[in-house]
Amino acid sequence: MHALVTHSPILIIAIPLLAAFLIPLIGRANEKARDVLVVAALAFVGFLVIILAKDIYFNGLRVYTLGASSSILTIPEHYMVPVRIILEVDSMSTFMAIITATVSLAAAIYSLAFVREETGQNRFYTLLLLLAAGMFGMELTGDLFNLFVFLEIASIAGAALTAFRTRFADTAEGGFKYIVISSIAALMILLAIGLFYAQYNLINIGALAQVMQYTMLDKIALALLVIAFMMKLAGVPLHMWCPDAYSVAPASITVMLVAASYACLYALFRTCFTLYGVCLNLVTVGWIVIIFGLLSMFIGVTMAVFQSDIKRLMAYHCISQTGYMLLGIGVGLAVLDNPEALNSYGIAAMNGGIFHIINNALYKGLLFLTAGALFYRTGTRDLNKMGGLAHKMKWTAIFYIIGALSISGIPPSNGFASKLLLYESTYQFHPVIAIVAMITSILTLASFTKAFYSAFMGAELPEYEEVKEVPKSMMAGMAILVVGIIFFSLFPGLVIDWLAHPATEALINQGAYISGIMGGMG
Amino acid sequence: MAISELSYSPWSPVLWLLAFVVVMIMAYFFRRRGQKKYKKGTEQTRIFLCGEEVPEARQRHIRAHNVYWGFFKTMKEYYDANIKAHTGIINDYIIWFIALVSITAVILFIV
Repeated sequence: MHALVTHSPILIIAIPLLAAFLIPLIGRANEKARDVLVVAALAFVGFLVIILAKDIYFNGLRVYTLGASSSILTIPEHYMVPVRIILEVDSMSTFMAIITATVSLAAAIYSLAFVREETGQNRFYTLLLLLAAGMFGMELTGDLFNLFVFLEIASIAGAALTAFRTRFADTAEGGFKYIVISSIAALMILLAIGLFYAQYNLINIGALAQVMQYTMLDKIALALLVIAFMMKLAGVPLHMWCPDAYSVAPASITVMLVAASYACLYALFRTCFTLYGVCLNLVTVGWIVIIFGLLSMFIGVTMAVFQSDIKRLMAYHCISQTGYMLLGIGVGLAVLDNPEALNSYGIAAMNGGIFHIINNALYKGLLFLTAGALFYRTGTRDLNKMGGLAHKMKWTAIFYIIGALSISGIPPSNGFASKLLLYESTYQFHPVIAIVAMITSILTLASFTKAFYSAFMGAELPEYEEVKEVPKSMMAGMAILVVGIIFFSLFPGLVIDWLAHPATEALINQGAYISGIMGGMG
Repeated sequence: MAISELSYSPWSPVLWLLAFVVVMIMAYFFRRRGQKKYKKGTEQTRIFLCGEEVPEARQRHIRAHNVYWGFFKTMKEYYDANIKAHTGIINDYIIWFIALVSITAVILFIV
């Protein structure tokens, strides 16, 4: 078991990667074997993530050096700096990995029925596993260039999956927009990495953080990194690609694209808190993040209320909910060098923002899967054409209600728990921020009430007489997320104490991250 | 105050769940006292609209684009400007990106 924990960081990335390469071979021979391989690989990776998270919680940060005689040998003999690819895993990394593992497993199980009638399923599952591997790689790496590589893997797999259903006219456009956005963002990130390498001859995050001098070139790199990651996570006003891509992708893939955007959110936090840390003008950068958050919340939700396409509506809500996360972390960043404010409300704001990430992954994922279920049975995403579907799709309706109540922040849901933390903490920083957040919640509820009424309420329509509930594997995929939502709703304190707060502490503690690399001499 | 410290407060999810269960039990008892002779699919379940002819299900259901029309009318200027900005053209998205990188870099230089 100890060996499994020691090697878990690399296994978490390698297993989906290996399974992705095996899928085309096994899929040719037997489709059922392929389906079992996909689910088993992701389930085992989920198990590895949990044991790694437990190890990190009790024993602290863990490093894994590729190609070294020992996994903890970060700096080789006679060297002063790390030169190998190093995975550095702390509580924030494992927090994000838990989200990726849960969402990937739910998406894979959901896909078993959802794409059963599609051709090219071998390619679908290969790309799904590559997307998962890319996300895990981004979340566990301690190296900037490695982050770029895994970002590219995730982006290319994501774009291909977005455009998977080539029989629809708009999927190619969605996939094209996704790959253009991703390529531009990745290029700018690579340029920023080049600026760091040119100055410091380093690309390891911990080593760079130790020598960071916040020169003019570092400021340019910061602007490139922040805006590139902001575009990848669809922060307003760089969000416009998001509804175009999310609405046309298969529902299970949309869920994974949401998780991929949170991997970029994680990369943004790593950049601000770990790479730059206290070098930054914290108030300025904090307010930049807060303003992005406010814009995302308000514009995202007002555009969502307007939509008639259920998946576009949910995509705009994704943008809006990302605003809450940016808000919480932005407030924490702005008061990072003010111990009194940090302890009074900064840490609570970060706890709320981080708790909101996992909450949103669960209920947003669930809502997208319910939208997929509606599309699967009715063949349309247009709310104007739907109606009375609660009569025939009772479980989908119930799952939708659970997701809608959670995203609207209605007590006692998990969404309420994270939003209450955010309201209470951001109000102390600046009351207007909390007011905008509350208005956004009200509009969120209004929007999902509209969608629920349009799709599920009313008399049974004659065109949906033959409609029935979705297959069991799709229900199972949704049920995984529902169980998570219910657990987080009943025990928010546990989640904060075990997951969110350790992640917050890991982000704030730049010194520990640097020591994990620079203290590991042979 | 962190949510983890609110275990025994009015926001406790366990208390809310208990309240929900109590309300559901009450609702069940009220329903049990209802008409037992009710039969689905008979004259008893026909919609009554003051004697008017009942439209088809398709015509009765209010469609999504009609919901909240008052809100959209009030916010018409906001929505016109916002929708105009959402061109759907990828070139415009990249222009936004370049503009924001430039503005952010300038802010970081100045401050």
